[in-house]
Amino acid sequence: MEFVSQHPILVVSVVKIVVLLFVTLTTLAYLTWFERKVIAHIQSRLGPFYTGPHGLLQPLADGLKFMFKEDLTRPGSDRFVYILAPILSFSLAITALALIPFGPGTIRIFGQETSLAIAPVNLGLLFLFAVTSVEVYGVALAGWSSNSKYSLLGGLRSSAQMISYEVALTLSVVGVLLMAGSFDFNSIIGSQSGRWLGFVPRWNVFPQIVGFLCYFTAAIAETNRAPFDLAEAESELVAGFHTEYSSFKFAMFFMAEYASMIVVSCLAAILFFGGWLSPLPHSWAWQLYIPSAILVLGGLGVIVDGLWKLRGVARLVFPVLGLVMIAAGALCTRPGVIGVVQGPFWFLLKVFLALFFYVWTRSTLPRFRYDQLMDFGWKLLLPVSLANLVITAVVVLVVHP
Amino acid sequence: MTLPVLLFFIFAGVAVGGALALILAREPIHSALALVLVMVSLAVIYLLLGAAFIAAVQIIVYAGAIMVLFVFVIMLLNAGEEQRTQRSRMARWIGVPLAVFLTADLAWWVARGVKVVPAAAAVSATEAFSTRDFSLYLFRAYLFPFEITSILILIALLGAVVLARRDS
Repeated sequence: MEFVSQHPILVVSVVKIVVLLFVTLTTLAYLTWFERKVIAHIQSRLGPFYTGPHGLLQPLADGLKFMFKEDLTRPGSDRFVYILAPILSFSLAITALALIPFGPGTIRIFGQETSLAIAPVNLGLLFLFAVTSVEVYGVALAGWSSNSKYSLLGGLRSSAQMISYEVALTLSVVGVLLMAGSFDFNSIIGSQSGRWLGFVPRWNVFPQIVGFLCYFTAAIAETNRAPFDLAEAESELVAGFHTEYSSFKFAMFFMAEYASMIVVSCLAAILFFGGWLSPLPHSWAWQLYIPSAILVLGGLGVIVDGLWKLRGVARLVFPVLGLVMIAAGALCTRPGVIGVVQGPFWFLLKVFLALFFYVWTRSTLPRFRYDQLMDFGWKLLLPVSLANLVITAVVVLVVHP
Repeated sequence: MTLPVLLFFIFAGVAVGGALALILAREPIHSALALVLVMVSLAVIYLLLGAAFIAAVQIIVYAGAIMVLFVFVIMLLNAGEEQRTQRSRMARWIGVPLAVFLTADLAWWVARGVKVVPAAAAVSATEAFSTRDFSLYLFRAYLFPFEITSILILIALLGAVVLARRDS
């Protein structure tokens, strides 16, 4: 306890990091489950179903499998770089999350007021781009160090792709920066508060719709996801840059991909959809109970599902889980809690919708060809986002001289 | 020793180590990675000086763009390990004395005059110099050199495109 009182910032930061890491890793695992389920239902299948109820233990089984597989290293590969690449990929993708503010204001940990971001720096956006711009190394080095033709080609392809789309990604965001006049996530979100005509929220997505479309397209390409997943076009390159990786090193690339998806979705929510701001007018007081209502309804659904549809242990576990959710919903109506919950609730809801959109595009769009990809990036996305930037700059100059 | 000073010495050490590794490594990719390490530790040193904007730009431009291109080109050309040859005669007779002279010179100046600025004072002095001030200087007082530089870079880009273009 003496240590805690002597180094408050250090202790609080470590606590926040541990909590965020735990939450993120769990989310990563269940994001794979979510993706498989959604794609399966879009394609009229059921998806994972046998490992646990609704396949809910599938991520756990996958994780165990990754850990117990043989860890192969190809002869002739550059050992140091070969091991460095997945570590670099994963740690950089996770580091970017440290900059994301998950809610407004401050909370109390050990009697210390602290914000809902691990690193609330006032150049947040710039540092986020600094971290994501270095992420290319993981892919490039993995491709190079594996000593395999497929890996090398996949690594070259995806580094070329990431370099090309990073330009459009950065340019599409500058419009928002000009409107907010700040790199700070809190002031970017703050600049989006208020309404047009009394009911339309002043989110950047409306004036910056072109910027948003460019941003999200470039972001999908930047995270190497379908329809831009040429790095691992399995019909041509086996698995691209991670062909020669097995066991937990492969899992790290996998987790890095999902972590960057989360980062990109968080950024979309912050820059274009008003971050933690509620879409409903301020005067509707009942909106404060929406998080509780969703938790209670979800809990009831889980109880009903568990008692009527499932068998075995799940029949016991699901009702208990439902009761826990209902209790959490009830807790969210308490006076001290209800204010704190609002921000993170809306923020996470927006992030979740962005992630759903990601999965949706993956399951519905066919993969681009490599020359189409390059043409699209350089000849369409880049000029459009540049034009958007110039128009925004002129408008901002006219409106606020 | 306060924390900023300690951090400075750690990252200065990493930068020097990276620079040495850059020269001594025989695999071109290892050299490139060592250079990335140098860039990143320089960015941390900028951060310690309170220049957060410069630090972020240092990483975005050098580590994130230029060095990625270096690595990309090395991969594309599939450059192999370097051969160690007999050291050149010029390096032995001119390089070594010059290196000794430079080190002695630096050591002398450091030993003589340079005082260690208290880190806290250094930070508070530069904190006032924000990104806003920086951009105001860049686009008001130094607009002409800035534009000239960008035109120069544009010319270099055009030149690269013209050279890379195949005759059709």
